[in-house]
Amino acid sequence: MTVTVTGLVRRFGAATALDGVSFALAEGEFAALLGPSGSGKSTLLRILAGLEGSEAGEVRIAGRSMAGVPARARNIGVVFQNYALFRHMTIFENVAFGLRVRPRAARPDRAETARRVRELLQLVQIPELERRYPDQVSGGQRQRVALARALAIEPHLLLLDEPFGALDALVRRDVRRWLRGLHDRLGLTTLLVTHDQEEAMELADRVAVMERGRVVQFDPPAALLAAPATPFVAGFIGHAARLEGEVRAGVLRFGSLPLPPLRAALPDGPATAFLRPGAVVAEALAEAPGGAPPAAIELLRVTAEGERRAVLTLGGVTLEARLAPGSEARAARGAPCRLHIAGAQVFGAGGGRAEARPLRAAPVL
Amino acid sequence: MSERPGIADPAWVRALLAGAALLVGLLLLALPLAVVFAEALRRGWGVATAALADPDTLSAIRLTLLVAAITVPVNLVGGLAAAWCIAKHDFPGRRLLTTLIELPFSVSPVISGLVFVLLFGLQGWFGPWLQARDIQIVFALPGLVLATLFVTFPFVARTVLPLMQEQGRTEEEAAATLGASGWQVFRRVTLPNVQWALLSGVLLCNARAMGEFGAVSVVSGHIRGQTNTVPLHVEILYNEYQFAGAFAVAALLALLGLATLAAKTALERLTGRRLGEGTGDAA
Repeated sequence: MTVTVTGLVRRFGAATALDGVSFALAEGEFAALLGPSGSGKSTLLRILAGLEGSEAGEVRIAGRSMAGVPARARNIGVVFQNYALFRHMTIFENVAFGLRVRPRAARPDRAETARRVRELLQLVQIPELERRYPDQVSGGQRQRVALARALAIEPHLLLLDEPFGALDALVRRDVRRWLRGLHDRLGLTTLLVTHDQEEAMELADRVAVMERGRVVQFDPPAALLAAPATPFVAGFIGHAARLEGEVRAGVLRFGSLPLPPLRAALPDGPATAFLRPGAVVAEALAEAPGGAPPAAIELLRVTAEGERRAVLTLGGVTLEARLAPGSEARAARGAPCRLHIAGAQVFGAGGGRAEARPLRAAPVL
Repeated sequence: MSERPGIADPAWVRALLAGAALLVGLLLLALPLAVVFAEALRRGWGVATAALADPDTLSAIRLTLLVAAITVPVNLVGGLAAAWCIAKHDFPGRRLLTTLIELPFSVSPVISGLVFVLLFGLQGWFGPWLQARDIQIVFALPGLVLATLFVTFPFVARTVLPLMQEQGRTEEEAAATLGASGWQVFRRVTLPNVQWALLSGVLLCNARAMGEFGAVSVVSGHIRGQTNTVPLHVEILYNEYQFAGAFAVAALLALLGLATLAAKTALERLTGRRLGEGTGDAA
């Protein structure tokens, strides 16, 4: 089903959790709501589910206004953060719950209920657990139960609230792929709430980034990286380092920092640049080129993919850089290095954004 | 023993403390109970059973059972409702209600009884109005029930409330999103989650309802065969030097208390085992 949210406002006392949120989900879309804690994303999910009210704005699901429609009448499947399984019920009963509480006319009989529950447990691949209680299964299995229980009501919309938070890192990646596969098979409009950008970027067709109660950008993951709408998005996505500089005649300079100038199509004035780890290259030098060393490698780290990266501190900002091919042998703690920038997102003081490019291609790139 | 030597106290300290606690327990708790049963049976079963078969005693037992039969269900519903309101909802005055629930625990039972005399007695606020309509509250069953209700109100609420608060509201919210109505949520999720604590609270409430002396003593009027409950009857018999009878009735009352305690302990073991089955990895 399509979901349209317009101008949603929600306040808690003096604090504003949602400050005019608007977005729309297309039929069958898998979208993520990404933001730091306190950005209002969980509140938004609770309002969609009908568990929380709003001061202003409108939620429409499949074109129908949800004003005054209680949670039980919305037919929205919710997987809660800690799953909220019914602790006194077996896993079978947990999944059957949504069918058993239906009005008599719509309630399937015993055999049909059992058939549907077993089918769902098959779907989430835990058919052997139906007689267990929630506290007798692992975190990953509990998540599958929560999903099966939410799917049992044949929802119009599936809401997932930080569903991977309680899983350890090893399981998380597998479960993510499995969940995405399941979505592609069922075609159910799904909204995932998360503070983990990797999760959002890997799972979702489109990611809505929330900042202080607003959706500031709602785009496919690649577009968020290529064209961040605000400095906040640029800083939040892709672990970018934030550096202040000055634009003069289309050239961005970083003051006294040992960084090369960049070409940036912005009006003159102060500007903020966001540098992603992959876009900065450190060329380790045998010895410092005349005078004080321009930059020094503080420490070296190895990424999960096995790539070595140099970590440097420039003007109080920690920066991560790839190592230039050919200079890896010289890279060591404290080694002097020259920095090259392949590209950066730059925001001018007036709010304009430009993609900065090096003045001349560095030979080592 | 799996005790770590680093933090364990010396053996003699432990022995001394455990011994002292046991001694106090025996002297102050077990011995008096034993005396009650010994005194009751000192002149044989015959005397004891005869004392219990006395019409006044039987009437006191009937009255006590009747009062408990009224107050326990009322407090079951009232206590559960209060705990449910406080734990599952936000409303102004929530803290006040939480404090009010504990009021009967902190006020002397005599005062609790006196309040009803001052309200409904002949010289009380509503006394003349009630008398004009020939409604007897104080020195009659309604007074006994009211006083007992007041004194025993906290038991159900106080045993259920902490558990409900610990469990939070997420299961109820999940049930709502799955299509359950308010009543279905309560009946299928909230209630089963607290059923054992509820039963435990009901048992304690019942024990107190049958054993309450102070508040009931004030509103009863001690009319034999009419407004005398078992605890009051024990006192009357004792004051009249009918020691065998007094102790026989007291023994019966003590047995009720012991049975309650046994039931509660069995219940805790049962639920403890069920809860202990978990893998314990719930964050």
